Amino acid sequence: MTGSGPVAGATAEVVEVTGTGPIGPYTLLRVAAGGIEPGIPGQFFMLHPPGHVLPRPMSLCRVDGGELCFLIDAIGPGTRTLCALKAGERLHVLGPLGNGFDLDVPHPLIVGGGIGIAPFPYVAQVLGGGPAILGFRSAHHAEAAALLPGAEVALDPVLVTSLLPAEPMDVLACGPEPMLEAVRARAPQAQLAWEAPMACGYGACYGCVVEVDGRLQRLCVAGPVLRAA
Amino acid sequence: MSVSLLNGSGCLDALTAPGVAAQLDAFVTKTITPEPREGNPPVRIVETEAGMLNSIGLQGPGIDAFLTETLPRLAAQHLRVWVSVGGFSSSDYAGICERLEERDDVDVVELNLSCPNVDEAPESAAEIVAACRERTKARLYAKLSPANSDIAESARAVVAAGADGLTLVNTLRGMALDPATLKPRLARAFGGYSGPALKPVALACVLACARAVDVPIVGLGGVQSGQDALELIAAGASVVSLGTILFTDPAAPGRIRDELKCEATARGYGDPLEVRGVANG
Repeated sequence: MTGSGPVAGATAEVVEVTGTGPIGPYTLLRVAAGGIEPGIPGQFFMLHPPGHVLPRPMSLCRVDGGELCFLIDAIGPGTRTLCALKAGERLHVLGPLGNGFDLDVPHPLIVGGGIGIAPFPYVAQVLGGGPAILGFRSAHHAEAAALLPGAEVALDPVLVTSLLPAEPMDVLACGPEPMLEAVRARAPQAQLAWEAPMACGYGACYGCVVEVDGRLQRLCVAGPVLRAA
Repeated sequence: MSVSLLNGSGCLDALTAPGVAAQLDAFVTKTITPEPREGNPPVRIVETEAGMLNSIGLQGPGIDAFLTETLPRLAAQHLRVWVSVGGFSSSDYAGICERLEERDDVDVVELNLSCPNVDEAPESAAEIVAACRERTKARLYAKLSPANSDIAESARAVVAAGADGLTLVNTLRGMALDPATLKPRLARAFGGYSGPALKPVALACVLACARAVDVPIVGLGGVQSGQDALELIAAGASVVSLGTILFTDPAAPGRIRDELKCEATARGYGDPLEVRGVANG
């Protein structure tokens, strides 16, 4: 966001909370977009689980007609509440926020790990396809690869970085920190989408700092997509 | 004359969210320290059942960069600026007050005497206020901790030392454990507890201090609605600050201002400020 920054969020109606086909342990939360702009792939939204004090940052997974879809791993109280929402219920949505992927690159390659595949179906929508390599910890988790048809999949203990091609590609990566560090080592020009606990998502709380260029910077303002080098 | 709404120090960056700051009557900066500070290592924030913990640790540019870079940019936004001042000794606080003295774009200096996330100055709050009073003619507000065992006595002491107003309250020190590992979830274990759970604590502190001293009081702690703001005014606040709610709802200042007016009107008051002190009866 530029200019005045965020001024107000929107209340969005839940359309459906489900997987589209089997997507492993993950949940797809679909909300009516209303007037909410989808933004650039890799940007994120703050979704407020009803009854909780703080919203949760989620990247947009896919845009389907008038719906915004978020891929969620129910790992804590907030994400469990989001995944338990019912059609017709409403939740507060703020975004899009932060800096997304620069997709104006000649040879994009999607590299995703686990729930880190969340932003890539929307990336693929905007790119009109493109190669993808994904890593998962189990065959059950790997069912989510169905969200990116044609993707190559590595299952633990095989690492997704072992699928990186020899020729240089414009890597777009999101996944657990060790995966991002391994990608950074192999592809210094990669664009890496990081994750951090956030209270606000728009630079107010200073909770989400990560080390960038040797300094602790707010991921929500500087990222969440950062250049590897 | 109506109730002014501010942000709690450290709960808004007017430079990244100017549209939110523009909804406020004045903008309170993050606490400024003598030297630049990286702050505490992450994890720095965690949600709890009825609030949140933060362990930011006064990350900031230090007074030099604040004066040359931050303050001119804030002034360009035509904001009334309250500068929150911190330090690790009374001379730290007083030195910053002296540096701010030459600036006419600072409305109020708020002394953060109660950050739960850094080591405290060895001097008492009143001693720090007295040291600052010697070095500045600016309006000085003392921000006190709700953990104070006798906050009314502390309020009397800082007012006697020269404070022009009080900001009540800062966060309370707390901790959250990971349910699986039973280890602290914050990297520094402890953090400042804020959010809805703090409101009853803030109400009690505001009332106790309003009975003890006759200075303006900025009330903050768990305000989520106009009703919450009205309650703080009833307890004795004349200004209300918003903290954790800004993280959830950047439109909160405008919404709460509207709700506050409606809540006052619904009780037969022409202006929310007429409610001030009603709880003290």
